Amino acid sequence: MVSSMHSPSLPARLPSISPISFTLLVVVAAAFLASIGQVAPSPERLAAGAPRMAELVGRMMPPNTDPAFMQRMFWRIVETFQIALVGTVFGVIISLPTAWFAARGISPLGPFRHLVKAIISLFRTVPDLVWALLFVSTLGLGAVAGTMTIVVDTIGFCGRFFAESMEEADKKPQEALQAIGANRVAVLCGAILPDVMPSLINSSLFALEKAVRASVVLGLVGAGGIGQELKVAFDLFQYRNASAIILAIFAIVLVMEFFTDRLRAKFQ
Amino acid sequence: MDAAFQDALKQAATINVPTAHPRLPGPFGAEPIIRTRSLGKSYPKGPAVFAGVHLDIRADQRVALIGSNGAGKSTLLKCLIGLLPSSEGEIMTLGESFHAAPTAAQLQRLRRQIGFVFQNHGLVSRQSVLTNVIQGKLGLPGSWRAWHQSLADQAWREEAMQVLAEVRLADKARARADELSGGQAQRVAIARALIRKPRLLIADEPAASLDPAVGRDIMQIFSDLAREHGITLVYTTHDMQHALDYSDRIIALKAGKVFFDAPTGDVSLRDMDGVFHA
Ligand SMILES: Nc1ncnc2c1ncn2[C@@H]1O[C@H](COP(=O)(O)OP(=O)(O)OP(=O)(O)O)[C@@H](O)[C@H]1O
Ligand SMILES: [Mg+2]
Repeated sequence: MVSSMHSPSLPARLPSISPISFTLLVVVAAAFLASIGQVAPSPERLAAGAPRMAELVGRMMPPNTDPAFMQRMFWRIVETFQIALVGTVFGVIISLPTAWFAARGISPLGPFRHLVKAIISLFRTVPDLVWALLFVSTLGLGAVAGTMTIVVDTIGFCGRFFAESMEEADKKPQEALQAIGANRVAVLCGAILPDVMPSLINSSLFALEKAVRASVVLGLVGAGGIGQELKVAFDLFQYRNASAIILAIFAIVLVMEFFTDRLRAKFQ
Repeated sequence: MDAAFQDALKQAATINVPTAHPRLPGPFGAEPIIRTRSLGKSYPKGPAVFAGVHLDIRADQRVALIGSNGAGKSTLLKCLIGLLPSSEGEIMTLGESFHAAPTAAQLQRLRRQIGFVFQNHGLVSRQSVLTNVIQGKLGLPGSWRAWHQSLADQAWREEAMQVLAEVRLADKARARADELSGGQAQRVAIARALIRKPRLLIADEPAASLDPAVGRDIMQIFSDLAREHGITLVYTTHDMQHALDYSDRIIALKAGKVFFDAPTGDVSLRDMDGVFHA
């Protein structure tokens, strides 16, 4: 009854692979094998490094709890949070109009929005330590360079995600307001922003989290915060200070994630 | 049944006012509020949606626009009020004459006298009902703060409460728009249009996606408000009963032409059937 012409054939167990994918796979595998010998640690090296690691950890113990040091560390932690908070707040504020200028179908700049998009991409793709080096060499050592780095970083991050949520905002109310002659600012403030507010808050909280993590290491290149103390500790072989700082960083990140998670849940 | 019959009688009375002699001054002024001559529209790279449309809509009329899906009802509405450029012919709406598209100044004057209600309302879902109604003032002079109720003039906030009362939703002013039922949301959309104090109210399928009872309720509100405030009402609908019950005149589009354009009392259900069948 059923002719073999029309009976659907049984699918193969494995999907067939195209010659191009196969070649690519071979190239990647070859590159991986060739690289192992050059960058991965050899067993001997690992074996030699292990006792030294143990020795270093030994010298780190116990973490320094000297009151004078703890006090200095406390103020460095405060500075770290200040850099992250001020940098993120300014970054988010600047990101709002920037994202508006960059968003497809909403931007008042027409085709020039691509320029804004490119700037946001530049801010995002250049790593934060590179920005920090740039700002340290132009603004000098210290927290100001760190704050500027976080501002730029946040614009790169929030600018992109704000723009994406604005593009996805419900079009119906926007059209309804445009039809009666509302200007672009009114459409933005009256229809787009209220619609995307949860996602803006969410992105901003992620940006704050990112900023705290970033500002912890910015000090390594002299841009203020707790990282600076860590660099000094390693430079001067004060390993017990270093371990205290590493524990403090761990605590900072945990505490911050706890609070941002709480806030996010609240604004869902 | 009785009510519908009386309605029909009332309509019959209305249509006996001299419609056929536009020059005679009628009770509301017989000058048409919308007039088109040889109006045609085609989208870029598309066939003509409609052509050769002559319309004269008087200020005291409630007009139902019917036709099958894709017949061009929404397109025609947008052309009449200058939101879409037409391809040929002339339009005169609310005293503004234009070919194709109105000038920016004309469009601004037009918008100030027109209220819109669309299918699926287009409310800002995460804002309060009050804010949504006040946003209806946007585009009017001095309206730059009207995008949120907390920033708006006190007078406008009070006005918003009045129009909300007219659609029986004053107690919902604080509610968020996404907490409303479909019928309530559509009433907010009507309030948002009313607060503009429009001379012309354009409604594109205002009762679509509402259940029959709520749909009739919405149409009744439109009809009553249009009469009370002397607003010209032009609406589209796929519900023939809505076309018959709440209009003074029915215009049917079919195959790119005006299939008929007649006082509602003269239109039979058979005429309407013809709109949808070959
Ligand atoms: N933006 C557009 N670009 C191109 N063609 C369009 C556009 N909008 C509508 N059309 C076409 O114009 C014709 C009329 O569409 P319109 O939306 O005016 O019909 P309608 O009578 O309102 O239909 P419905 O009852 O489904 O709302 C359709 O053939 C449609 O495909
Ligand atoms: Mg339509």
